[in-house]
Amino acid sequence: MTPPAAGSPAPSRSFASILLAPVKLVMGIIDVPLRALQKATGISGMAIFFLAPNMLIFGIFVLLPLAINFVYSMTGGTAFFLADRTFIGLDQYDRLFECSNYLDPMSCQEDAFWTAVGNTGWFVVLQVTLMILVALGTALILNRKLRARSFWRAVFFFPVLLSPVVVGLIWKWILQRQGLLNFALFEMGIEPHNWLTDRTWAFVAAVGVSIWAHMGFYALILLAGLQAIPKDLYEAAEMDGTKASRVFWRITLPLLAPNLLVVVVLALIKAVQVFDEVYVLTGGGPGTSTMFLTQYIYETGFASQLRNPGLAAAASILMGLVLVVLTLLQLGIGRKTEPKGGKK
Amino acid sequence: MGQITLTDIKKSFGAIDVLHDVNLHIDDGELVVFVGPSGCGKSTLLRVIAGLEKVTGGSIDIDGRRVNDVTAAERGLAMVFQSYALYPHMTVRQNLAFGLENSKMPKAEITERVGEAARMLEIDAYLDRRPGQLSGGQRQRVAIGRAIVRRPVAFLLDEPLSNLDAELRVSTRAELAALHARLSSTMIYVTHDQVEAMTLADRIVVMRAGRIEQVGTPLDLYNTPANRFVAGFIGAPHMNFLQGEVAERTGDSAIVTVAGGVRVHLHPVEGSMEKGQKLTVGVRPQHLVISADPTSPKVKLRLVEALGSETVIHGEINGERLMAVLPGQQRYRAGDEVPLDLEAAPLHLFDENGMRIFSTPGTQRRLSA
Amino acid sequence: MGAASRFIFRRRGGKGWHWTDIVTWVWLVGGLLIMFGPAVWLGFSSFKSPAALAEFPPTILPYVTQQVNVEGYEQPLALYEASLPDGSTQVLAEVRRIGIVSQMVDPNAPGEIIRVNIGDRTPVRTMSFATENYTEPFVQFDFVQYLWNSVFVTVTATLITLVVNSMAAFALSKYEFKGRSVAMLIILATLMVPLSVIMVPLYSIISAIGLFNNLWGVILPTVATPTGVFILRQYMLTIPDELIDAARMDKASEWQIYWRIVLPLAAPALAVLAIFSVVWRWNDFLWPLIVLSRRELYTLQVGLSIYAGELNVQWHFILAMTVVTMIPVVLVFIFLQRFITTGIAGTGLK
Ligand SMILES: Nc1ncnc2c1ncn2[C@@H]1O[C@H](COP(=O)(O)OP(=O)(O)O)[C@@H](O)[C@H]1O
Ligand SMILES: [Mg+2]
Repeated sequence: MTPPAAGSPAPSRSFASILLAPVKLVMGIIDVPLRALQKATGISGMAIFFLAPNMLIFGIFVLLPLAINFVYSMTGGTAFFLADRTFIGLDQYDRLFECSNYLDPMSCQEDAFWTAVGNTGWFVVLQVTLMILVALGTALILNRKLRARSFWRAVFFFPVLLSPVVVGLIWKWILQRQGLLNFALFEMGIEPHNWLTDRTWAFVAAVGVSIWAHMGFYALILLAGLQAIPKDLYEAAEMDGTKASRVFWRITLPLLAPNLLVVVVLALIKAVQVFDEVYVLTGGGPGTSTMFLTQYIYETGFASQLRNPGLAAAASILMGLVLVVLTLLQLGIGRKTEPKGGKK
Repeated sequence: MGQITLTDIKKSFGAIDVLHDVNLHIDDGELVVFVGPSGCGKSTLLRVIAGLEKVTGGSIDIDGRRVNDVTAAERGLAMVFQSYALYPHMTVRQNLAFGLENSKMPKAEITERVGEAARMLEIDAYLDRRPGQLSGGQRQRVAIGRAIVRRPVAFLLDEPLSNLDAELRVSTRAELAALHARLSSTMIYVTHDQVEAMTLADRIVVMRAGRIEQVGTPLDLYNTPANRFVAGFIGAPHMNFLQGEVAERTGDSAIVTVAGGVRVHLHPVEGSMEKGQKLTVGVRPQHLVISADPTSPKVKLRLVEALGSETVIHGEINGERLMAVLPGQQRYRAGDEVPLDLEAAPLHLFDENGMRIFSTPGTQRRLSA
Repeated sequence: MGAASRFIFRRRGGKGWHWTDIVTWVWLVGGLLIMFGPAVWLGFSSFKSPAALAEFPPTILPYVTQQVNVEGYEQPLALYEASLPDGSTQVLAEVRRIGIVSQMVDPNAPGEIIRVNIGDRTPVRTMSFATENYTEPFVQFDFVQYLWNSVFVTVTATLITLVVNSMAAFALSKYEFKGRSVAMLIILATLMVPLSVIMVPLYSIISAIGLFNNLWGVILPTVATPTGVFILRQYMLTIPDELIDAARMDKASEWQIYWRIVLPLAAPALAVLAIFSVVWRWNDFLWPLIVLSRRELYTLQVGLSIYAGELNVQWHFILAMTVVTMIPVVLVFIFLQRFITTGIAGTGLK
């Protein structure tokens, strides 16, 4: 290997550089008007140029809907265009909160809404609690001295990537009357069940499937947190002859607490929005036993015969308020970990 | 080609004023070093000249043309950055050629210039490597090469040696000096290291807190520092400063009491000094000599550092600290009392504002002259 | 085998079994079964014929009862292994069944009818993969179209996401300008705005600009994702500003700095975002369900869920199409899992 003589052209054109040639050409052509723009507006003008496409799309498809959602929730009728809708003030909210007995959701005018709220509440509590416990357990086990740790990590992470439709269908197939679960129980001498047509079991299945699908994500974050705990702390504890349980309560858990908090809030935010995989699994049924808020909004807004977009908007704003609180909580926690903004 | 004139340059970042009324003229072919403690605004001044920062006030002229509103790309300058700022994803060759390609230079000429610079800096063997595969010294050369191929009006170098280890720094410093001699183009070199400044500069610009404290040749600054700050900054170890007071003043001689009672006779004396005036007397550690006269004021030693070729003593005289570098190996130990001859050394007298009143030539120098 | 069992039964510090070793072992093996098992089961089931799917108890591998064409009978007959009264066993074809008695013939000598008690015969079964579960939905139904729609949405949305978000991240990480902190704040604050909160007005905006029942109506609302800007910006902050100054001294225009310096250097973050984006867009369900109401526009997810929701569910097709829907994600998982896990661990974003 002798180095090529100085100044000679690059020895070989790689395959990638040939592939990149058209990109180079396009970028070069784009550069011509942009140089003119830069001359006219200066460097700070270019900053606006770079930001503009994102902000435009973001503005039209996120900020604008966010803003007009409020107006929407104060209008009635079945029309979708804002101009065709009549202003009715806070009637939609009144309707949501119209109950004869505030302790009994079935006595409300919009009993479906309150059923969805109740279901979502239970779901959030059960799913988040159990999932974080399982995720913590998994993270702790993956943090032990394991051979092939990345393989095991991948095992638990696998379902996270699956689409909600796939998750829903896989489990629908397993939980059906003649499915794998019933077969396994049958082998153990337990009576088969119609899991998805029983109100309680369907709800349990919804919680379980959703834990199955998302647990790996949270385990991964917790594992990263565990691995960031300095090893010498454990070595020091070992030198002192500290018991394993005490090490967990006094070292691991306190040092993991910030991560745990982030993970819990994140899980809460996601759980409040639960929809897709459960919708595919149970369709919200049997009856309304697994109907959650997002499904209520979706069906009230679009899917039912008696659609009422205004009512759906009002419900979505109420849900948004809950999420705002949770997000603020998250930003508050995250602030400590977010790196400082850069210069220039 | 390559004259740079700064007139009343001001620069602030938001509410923070970083440069205050900087005036400076740099001649064609000069190697000027900006030196000063870190954070004093050297890099900012360099970036202002480069066009990477816009000035808040004042004007910059290059070869007589006002360039305040000319972009960095069009000022015809080249810069070597402290971190080298080599494009990590490009080979050395591409790094050198990038700027030339951007100015739409014909391919043949780019090849020629890159080859020439590579030969000059002896980096031709690495042209197809990426910066990540080079050592610190090699990267440094590439960074300089990237500036050279541009054939700039002037080179701007921001602490180019600070990422090298001590040994490499010394040899690269010599190469830079040789390079300057060969290219004979204007160079502005920023460093916080006064040794670098002394060895490289045609002229040194000493800065502090956004102001120029003194401009001059290295020996000017060493022999006649304009103020206490420059006196303390140039020279290693730092100059000793002792509190003093004018005890007597008659004609062209004076007696100053230093460090709580030591009387020093000065002759001849220039400048305005009045009896009773407080002042600071500065003396470089290398200029202090042991007195043959046992009645001379004694320094009580606190620490003796024997370096073989010289001996550094740290001591105290009437409660004021003093350091001296004595030639050869001396048999002193901590606790000893050593008579020192203050009058034999060149002394620098500063008024209460720290401005220089005058410097004595010192008998030592007189003798050797 | 030895190595595997040594690996599985490896103990903590080699000082005998600690209870935590047992928990670890149970957790990992159980996790392996629970996490991979369902998908594997789905994969096996997808190759079964409708008859095999209806069987209870189910078999893992797809078996079908073997059949033969026997002279004198129009329909192919099922083959059984029958134990004859003389104690021998013989492979016979069943002609018909009457009560608990099966009338059978020897396929090689079809003249004589042999009566066998149904308890004395077991079907002859062979493994057979029902590949028509895969081919038919593509031929008969619109699944080719769904697949194409999904690919189009995923690829287009990902490309736009990368370009638009990297430009914004560049502006937000490398420029000082008025309104930068406002833009940053908006992006941070909306990091968590979910579709459920804005779907009603978003739908009306999409219809107002004529993107209802249009794949672009699925694509556009998703491309300016705050998460993408966030990931890329965090990464670009680590690119030294001096590089950009150096490029400016080298007469590069700002656009050149963006695509020749910053984009190549941000490649690792772009790769992470690209992978995320592909998975997100491929898996999107609720929004396409709202925007697309014409069959020929369905993405795989929507098409699949709608077929699965129909009254007589054709599970053999559904299972096969579920596998098809899963394949890209499984490929991503196998080849790029490392990227994703480090990406998530690094940014804490999904
Ligand atoms: N982009 C900037 N924004 C705000 N302050 C800055 C910026 N760049 C430099 N400064 C401040 O200006 C002063 C001078 O910095 P600099 O010129 O880098 O000093 P140095 O002499 O060490 O090179 C420092 O106090 C620094 O904090
Ligand atoms: Mg600096």
